[in-house]
Amino acid sequence: MTTNAPRFWRCIPQRYNLIGTHCRSCGEYIFPPRNLCPTCRRVAELEEYRFKGTGTVITHTTIYNATEDFERQTPYDLAIIQLDEGPRVTGQIVSCPEVKIGMRVRPVFRILGKEGDRGIIYYGTKFAPLADFSYESEKSLSKK
Amino acid sequence: MVSGIVSYGVYIPNYRIRLQEIARVWGEGEDISESLQVFEKSVPDMDEDAVTIAVEAARTALMRADLDPCRIGAIYVGSESHPYAVKPTGTIVGEAICTSSDFTAADFEFACKAGTAAIQACLGLVSSNLIDLGLAIGSDVSQGAPGDMLEYTAAAGGAAFVIGRDNLVAEIEGFFSFTTDTPDFWRREGMPYPEHGGRFTGEPAYFKHIISAARGLMERLGTDPEDYDYAVFHQPNGKFPMRVATKLGFSREQIEPGLVVPFIGNTYSGSCLIGLAATLDVAKPGEKIFVTSFGSGAGSDAFSITVKHRIEDIRCRAPSVRDYIANGRYLDYAMYAKHKNKLRL
Ligand SMILES: [Zn+2]
Repeated sequence: MTTNAPRFWRCIPQRYNLIGTHCRSCGEYIFPPRNLCPTCRRVAELEEYRFKGTGTVITHTTIYNATEDFERQTPYDLAIIQLDEGPRVTGQIVSCPEVKIGMRVRPVFRILGKEGDRGIIYYGTKFAPLADFSYESEKSLSKK
Repeated sequence: MVSGIVSYGVYIPNYRIRLQEIARVWGEGEDISESLQVFEKSVPDMDEDAVTIAVEAARTALMRADLDPCRIGAIYVGSESHPYAVKPTGTIVGEAICTSSDFTAADFEFACKAGTAAIQACLGLVSSNLIDLGLAIGSDVSQGAPGDMLEYTAAAGGAAFVIGRDNLVAEIEGFFSFTTDTPDFWRREGMPYPEHGGRFTGEPAYFKHIISAARGLMERLGTDPEDYDYAVFHQPNGKFPMRVATKLGFSREQIEPGLVVPFIGNTYSGSCLIGLAATLDVAKPGEKIFVTSFGSGAGSDAFSITVKHRIEDIRCRAPSVRDYIANGRYLDYAMYAKHKNKLRL
C-alpha cells in the first residue's frame, strides 16, 4: 500500500502542538511554520514558537459530504480560527452542538484521519469550546 | 525511599448513552440498570481512541502540577484498546506532551489492570533513582459486541499519574499483587470484540483476585479496613465493588467518593484509576486511600496511599472527575452505533 507516513511525520510538531514561528525582529507570529518572515525578509530573527491554541472563531461551515477518510464523521463543523497570537488556522470544531462566530475555543488532541484500515493514523489538533469547563482559566491553559 | 503521586489527570469523553436506551433496542427490561447499578456510560467521539484519551489525561496531569515534561524518564500506557498492534501508544503520548527524547516507553496490556501495572513499573524506576519522573496511564475505548451484556457497561476514559519522589500529593506506602492463570475474559488477536466466561467472571476471577491482593497488602503493612478513609476497587459494574468492599470489611461511605461507574460505565484500564482520581479530588491531607485493581486473565494490584498537604495546592488547577461527569451530552442508539463504528458500511 502507499503511505504518506514521511509527509505526516514531518508535520507532527505543528499538528500535535501547534509549533509555528515567531519573528523576534518584527514580533510577528507565523503558522504554519516558515523559514522566512514575510515582513523582515533577510533581517528576520526566527525562532520556534508553540502557540497556546486558544482562539476565536472567525467563520465556520458544516461539511455534509467529505472524502472517504472523513465520511463517517459527517456532518462536522469546520472553522477558521484566529489564534490569540494572531495567525488564522482552519480546524475542526468538536464537542459543540452549535458553533457561533466569536466563540472562544481551546485545542484538543484528536484523530485527524486514517490511511484506511491498514495504514497509519494521523493525530493532531482540533478545537472545542473553551466554555466547557468554566473554572478553566485562560492562564492555566497557556501552560498546557 | 519515599515515592508516590506527583500529579494526576483524567479524561472522560463528552458523550453518554443511557443503559435504558441500549435495553430498548435489544428488548431487555429496564431493570438492567438497577441490576448492574450502572445508569449511563461514556461514549467516545468518532475521532477519539485510547491514544487521544491518554494524551488529554497526560496533558491535564502536567498542567495540574505545572511540571516540565522533559523530567519524564518513562511513559507506560496500559490499555486493551491500543489502536496499533505494533507501534507503542507511549511514543505518540511523549511527542504530544513535549517530552525530550530521553525516555523509555512501552505499552502495557493486562485487561483492566494494565494502568496499575504501569504505576508499579514507574514506582520501581523512581524509587531506585533511575529516573526523575514516570508517567503511568490507563486508557481505553472498550468494545462490547452489539447485544452482548458487555455492551451495557463498556465505556471510554482514562487517567494519567505522574510518579516521583518530591512534591508528592500522595505517598504510596506499598503494593501487593496477586496473579493466576484464569480464563475469565479474553480477546484473540485480530478479533474485534472480547469473549467472556459469563458468571465465571465473578467468584473465581474478580472476587478471588481482589480479596487476595487486598488482604495480602493489609497483612504486609499491618493495616485494617478501619485505618483507611477511602477505598477504590475495580468497577466493571456498580454491584461488584460494593460487594467486594463488604466482604473485605470496607463500608459504602469509604467507596462512595471513588465510585464513578454508575455515571460513566466501565472504563477498563481507566476504571480504578479514575476512581482514585475522584477520591484525590476530595481527600484531605493525612487521609488514607486503599486501591485495588482487577484485570481479567487474571490479576489484582493493591496499593496503600496517604494523601499529603500538596494536594490542596494543585487539586483545583485542573478539571475534577465530577466536572467531567457533569459535562455529558446524550446520544440515542443510532448515533451511538455511528460513534462506535458498529455500522459496517
Ligand atoms: Zn519579522
